[in-house]
Amino acid sequence: MSNIGSREILRISVNGRKHELLVKPYATLLEILREDLRLTGTKHGCEAGECGACMVLVDGTPQLSCLVLPGQVEGSDITTIEGVSNGSELHPVQRAFMEHGASQCGYCTSGMIISSKALLDANPSPSREEIKEALSGNLCRCTGYGTIIEAVEDAGRAMA
Amino acid sequence: MTTIEGESATDLRVVGKSLPKVDAVGKLIGLTAYADDIELPNTLFCKLLRSHHPHARIISIDTSPALAMEGVVAVITQDDLPVKYGIMPTSEDEHGLEGEKVRFVGDPVAAVAAVDEETALAACRAIKVEYQPLEAIESIEHALLPPSDEPIQDYAGPGNIHRAGALEFGEVDEGFAKSNYIREDVFFYEGNTHLPMEQHSATATYVGDQLTLWSSTQNPHYVHRAMAKVFEMPMSHVRVIAAPHGGGFGGKADPFSHEVAVCKLAMITGRPVKCTLTREEVFYTHRGRHPVLMWVRTGVSEDGKIQAMHFRTALDGGAYGSYGPASMLYTGALQPTTYNIPAYRFEGVRVFTNKAPCGPKRGHGTPQPRFALELHLDKIAEDIGLDPVELRRRNFVKPYTRTINHLRITSCGLEEATEQVIEASGFLRRKKSLGHGMGFAISSYMCGAGLPIYWNKLPHSECIVQVNRGGVSLYCGATDIGQGSDTVLATVAAEELGLWPSDIRIFSGDTGLAPVDLGSYSSRVTFMAGNAALQAAHEMREILVNAVAEKMECSPSEVTVGEGKIGEMTFEEAANLAQEKLGVLSTRGSYAPPKNIGGRFKASGVGPSPAYSYSAAVVDLDADPYSGEIQLNKVWIAHDIGRPINSLTVRGQVEGGVYMGLGEALMEAQLYRHGLHKVPSMLDYKSLTFMDMPEVETYLVETIDLEGPYGAKEVGQGPLLPVIPAVASAVHDALGVWVDEVPITPDKIMRALDARAKGREGRYGPKSFPAIPYPTIVKVPPFDASSSSF
Repeated sequence: MSNIGSREILRISVNGRKHELLVKPYATLLEILREDLRLTGTKHGCEAGECGACMVLVDGTPQLSCLVLPGQVEGSDITTIEGVSNGSELHPVQRAFMEHGASQCGYCTSGMIISSKALLDANPSPSREEIKEALSGNLCRCTGYGTIIEAVEDAGRAMA
Repeated sequence: MTTIEGESATDLRVVGKSLPKVDAVGKLIGLTAYADDIELPNTLFCKLLRSHHPHARIISIDTSPALAMEGVVAVITQDDLPVKYGIMPTSEDEHGLEGEKVRFVGDPVAAVAAVDEETALAACRAIKVEYQPLEAIESIEHALLPPSDEPIQDYAGPGNIHRAGALEFGEVDEGFAKSNYIREDVFFYEGNTHLPMEQHSATATYVGDQLTLWSSTQNPHYVHRAMAKVFEMPMSHVRVIAAPHGGGFGGKADPFSHEVAVCKLAMITGRPVKCTLTREEVFYTHRGRHPVLMWVRTGVSEDGKIQAMHFRTALDGGAYGSYGPASMLYTGALQPTTYNIPAYRFEGVRVFTNKAPCGPKRGHGTPQPRFALELHLDKIAEDIGLDPVELRRRNFVKPYTRTINHLRITSCGLEEATEQVIEASGFLRRKKSLGHGMGFAISSYMCGAGLPIYWNKLPHSECIVQVNRGGVSLYCGATDIGQGSDTVLATVAAEELGLWPSDIRIFSGDTGLAPVDLGSYSSRVTFMAGNAALQAAHEMREILVNAVAEKMECSPSEVTVGEGKIGEMTFEEAANLAQEKLGVLSTRGSYAPPKNIGGRFKASGVGPSPAYSYSAAVVDLDADPYSGEIQLNKVWIAHDIGRPINSLTVRGQVEGGVYMGLGEALMEAQLYRHGLHKVPSMLDYKSLTFMDMPEVETYLVETIDLEGPYGAKEVGQGPLLPVIPAVASAVHDALGVWVDEVPITPDKIMRALDARAKGREGRYGPKSFPAIPYPTIVKVPPFDASSSSF
């Protein structure tokens, strides 16, 4: 990263598009996505790594974007919720969330879908316990979690 | 999920089906713009400076260092906001920014608008406020003593009493006199908060003389009214838009400081102004569950029939009024809606303390007394040697009756819901073993409050259905806070018009675009806005059917509606046919509750509802006798929904309610130490994660309410209520000790076990109930059907 005044140049790829951005070194990836790139699908619930609403994939690995600084993602490929579907065709995880009513207010949904996708990409037929463990960093206040677990199981079957 | 069908399994096409929500896709692809996702060109960012004292006089505020900073455009204080507001007309005690004194840590005193959040924050730090600290009141007991400095609020009283009430229905002393067994208990329910995933956010613009506010609010109408009052503007020049909502649960039901601040700053600067609260600020904004101390005395006959009940409550209201007068009365209002209580006395008080203001949270004022009542009945059952389910059954209210406190009961699925969970869980056949327990409890909740928050004779919900070139638009002020109210409205219209819910365009939550719906509180939307939508859509259906009948030269009764067709014509053809003749098609619907659903005495406005939902739950858990740790195994819940409009969203509400109830029962607590919130973060404020949540088996009981839209009743709040006492009862079943205080944490369980081991009562909970100067009891005469009206 090069340093220009108090800003730094950050080169990242987001949802397949390359960006060269001038950012504050202490800006979080969450802020860069939401404020600089206006990709507001990634949500914030705490900005302290506690709720999981801001989950994105960094080179395929789920990470809390509110805890990631520019220096940690230089040259990385980021996938946000906006990059999950295939054009207007919903990803199997998104479709399963819709069919199971696993998204109510929807505010945790982006993070849930990202965490679920990461799990299923690595393990297409997880057990209930594996699903719970993989999603345990994502809080939801609406659903009681049951419909989300069912949606992830269903999506796994569809992706297999 | 299993549904027990009501008597009329009908030919409804879309009502009752498990269909995706109409607004689902936008949320799944990250396109739905919540309040903080809105950013208008040239926006300024607002931050609030908050008090770090729990109670202090403000000697001076110097904003000049902030104003001098580069990037700061405006700073406001109470001087800019002289008009007080508050959600209840009797407790308008907020300025938005306080100038004379602060009443809790987090009370806002100034607001800054700057070019970015960072500058606004730095400017807040530069503002100099001189405080003179006052004694901080942190408990109900403390608040009942004469204040050593001064009362927290300068209205109401005496001392720090905000509101008190005392009512008697029937002959309570006589009821106790003829009882064979009388028991008294004391309970405490700790406060907790909503913890919505979304932090509150608001953006305002002031263009010409029109003020527009986008906000994460549940109640745009009441915010609209408050802003018009604060800025002394006609309501016609204020527009409030409820942005797509990231969770409310009652926490976004008041007008708030940050909303007032962005409006004023937009009016001063002429630019859009936005404020998004941090998570810590959300904890201070609160308006959550009141901590409530309760005392209950009940007399029963030999066969367990309730003869009389005396219920006392004391609510810790925090620093401001909020919904407090209603919250206080709700701690006494709904006990008679589940059990036939022939003589009932209620005394309640709400006090001010130097903590974040309490208000309505899911179940508003009723989970606390429900916890106390259900446990109290369990104890009575144990004392008189009766099965706790049987004791309750002997006292259940019957459908289509009137309670002792004059509430009209219509459909009631209490028996069916109880039967369902008892059977499915095997509750009566459970095997006794140390450390494993099952608990059972029931509850009821309202389908909307019978009266609006401020007195007016206008409808509670209004709706317009418009058909133009074959497209259907539905306009209603109802606010989808994730519970699925847009989906309910679309489903109702689709059912009437022979379409799919996704064919209906919904315009909701916008006071400038749609007619009024009072808001998403008191579980009112399905019943009230649903009925308004049904009326409007049904009238539209008749217009289209008549047009087709005329063209086909047949009777309207011969024209079928469904599958996108009106008779033999497509919906679009039929719509255009009618539009050729009548112009753009527009129909209206409105709903106001019937006049005879409650009594006619002071304080009778709290409790009446056009219908009540009923829930029953069984909780199965393991409680470790050596550590007090609880492992939840399973929950069975049956909910009398009347009829589900959309089974998918109903299940979501039931299970979400169970989840939130379990959290309140076991871990959620809004705690303070020396006036400071102990846990203002999502990590430290404990809530259930995927790892904690047990399996939930959901049963829907259909009672087809005669006045609900298609027979539907509420589901958003009711299913939370029985869960908390069922957990406490299961702990007792497992370990033989009572924890009479929520949340039921391992340390409390261990203390109860310890007490028992030392030969004392195996119980943890409040030891006594303080002497409270309740007002003189008002004896309410029996319900008189001929004179009843609101």
